[in-house]
Amino acid sequence: MAKESVKDMMRFAARIRLETIRELAGLGFGHVGGAMSVVELLAVLYGGVMRIDPARPDWEERDWLVCSKGHAGPALYAALALKGYFPMEMLSTLNRGGTSLPSHCDRNRTPGVDMTTGSLGQGMSTAIGVALGNRLDNRENWTYLILGDGELDEGQVWEGALFASHFRVDHLIVFVDRNKQQLDGCTKDIMNLGDVAGKFKSFGWHTQEADGHDPGAIRDAVQNAKEAAGRPSVIVLDTVKGKGCTFAEGVLYNHHMSIREEEGREAVRAAEAALAALGGKGSV
Amino acid sequence: MNVKIRDDFKKDDRMMRSVYCDTLMEMAGKDGRVVALDADLMNSMGMMPFLEKFPERTFNCGVQEANMMGVAAGLSATGKIPFAHTFGPFATRRCFDQVFISAAYAKLNVRIVGSDPGITAAYNGGTHMPFEDMGLMRAIPGATVIEPTDGAMLRDLLWQLKDLYGVFYLRLLRKEPVMIYEEGSRFEIGKGIVLQDGWDVTLIASGVLTSEALRAAGLLKGMGISARVVNMFTWKPVDRELIGKCARETGCIVTVENHNIMGGLGSAVAEAMAETTPVPMERIGSRDRFGEVGPVDYLIRAFHMTAEDIAAMAQKAVKRK
Ligand SMILES: Cc1ncc(C[n+]2csc(CCOP(=O)(O)OP(=O)(O)O)c2C)c(N)n1
Repeated sequence: MAKESVKDMMRFAARIRLETIRELAGLGFGHVGGAMSVVELLAVLYGGVMRIDPARPDWEERDWLVCSKGHAGPALYAALALKGYFPMEMLSTLNRGGTSLPSHCDRNRTPGVDMTTGSLGQGMSTAIGVALGNRLDNRENWTYLILGDGELDEGQVWEGALFASHFRVDHLIVFVDRNKQQLDGCTKDIMNLGDVAGKFKSFGWHTQEADGHDPGAIRDAVQNAKEAAGRPSVIVLDTVKGKGCTFAEGVLYNHHMSIREEEGREAVRAAEAALAALGGKGSV
Repeated sequence: MNVKIRDDFKKDDRMMRSVYCDTLMEMAGKDGRVVALDADLMNSMGMMPFLEKFPERTFNCGVQEANMMGVAAGLSATGKIPFAHTFGPFATRRCFDQVFISAAYAKLNVRIVGSDPGITAAYNGGTHMPFEDMGLMRAIPGATVIEPTDGAMLRDLLWQLKDLYGVFYLRLLRKEPVMIYEEGSRFEIGKGIVLQDGWDVTLIASGVLTSEALRAAGLLKGMGISARVVNMFTWKPVDRELIGKCARETGCIVTVENHNIMGGLGSAVAEAMAETTPVPMERIGSRDRFGEVGPVDYLIRAFHMTAEDIAAMAQKAVKRK
């Protein structure tokens, strides 16, 4: 498990957040809210938890990540670039014609992206398949999956939940980014999810809840999940949609936003300040 | 049909989605059976005013396309008139069997609206870029498959659809269209419209590429080729009579679609033409290729759908006569 300190992970998170805001502000629009809410999770995964080798994105023994809420791609790209999967300059090509960094995650275009996503719900099944395949090959690597909470509306998620439990798919750790918002508003108003952890529990999953913006708490939960052998594991992360982005946090319709130039600049400045406060440097 | 064609072909300052929402509100005001369903894209579709005015007749299903189609089918079984919207790929691919069985096979009465056709899905990229939605819906027995061209047409067709019965797929641009028709025009489902006459080649176009085809006709004129331009907004049932007539009178055809050339407009026209008057034909459209991310002006070039591409294809067709 990670030798990195919580402070290091917080600093890494701040850099991911900053670079993600730069990507989106540079473009002038994008899926801001759902990218911001997974930043700490990505920092924990890529900042020590996942066994990876950026020089060999297709290394067979690596841990896998399926980002099923594929619209969080820009945050994942920032994490991957910071880890050295591809040059930082590439981040400014987000969504441009011919880019390797499309708005939704694409395994055929981006080094380090393990699965193609963007049609919500489908990552549940592909992640289970990956975990099963690695088990068949007697590998000990882990598969991580990120689901949105709005994404839980899709029936496919619950088909997967039943399946993973039935086939005892362990070495699979699922995170639910419980930011309590979807596209059209709050999940409780659009499609009330009730007790998410309780639902997974009733499907036979090992279930935990954690503060999704506390890297230490996320890391501890992953550690616990790994010790619960023999069944799939879910960690419901309490998060804030738009977290840490000045023009997005606390806004109801912050799923996909257009970003005015001053707004973008202000958000970058605030993210730089947050990084500096942790003793990190703003530019790479 | 009583259609007046504009002479300026300006870009509308109204989005198609506001015409959609306004018309649905008018219809719902007059007819208590009209209900709207969506799958967490009401905001994107500009349907919040409908929700505010008719909360009890609005069902935002969350991200549940398959469930939504089944619910729409069930609502129609009790005499309601459901309009169910989500992005094009999720309105067709994602819930195909629910539409096929619960709505079509059960002979129920559902209007499905799929937004962001083809390249207009732009920055949402390949997962969201439907080049197959119309082809899929064409394959459903009895389904009617339509791509409205502009706001004037959309308004008229929505009113007609309200009182028709069956499974209908409406492929809808959300943004500002180029205006082709005068407000108040009346359209006939299943009948194409000759926008401009010509004698050397017919360009049969649909959706956002209709204005490209008109521009191509201008380019062709400069090359001494007289091009007829047809707007084929109904892909199924396709206007066989008009296709046969154009084949006879102009001797070759180019289809122009913002869709895969397999299964879509090009296929529909080729089938009708082969069975009526076979002549040389070429197709503009995505050539068996997935969508990708980028701005529309990049994508229209990447997928070879510009007026220049159309004109070049028309020259090729004319040469084959
Ligand atoms: C199958 C499918 N339906 C609809 C969409 C459009 N869409 C993209 S994100 C989104 C809302 C997702 O909400 P949530 O999972 O909570 O994501 P987050 O709030 O974390 O960004 C919707 C409806 C999609 N990408 N895929």
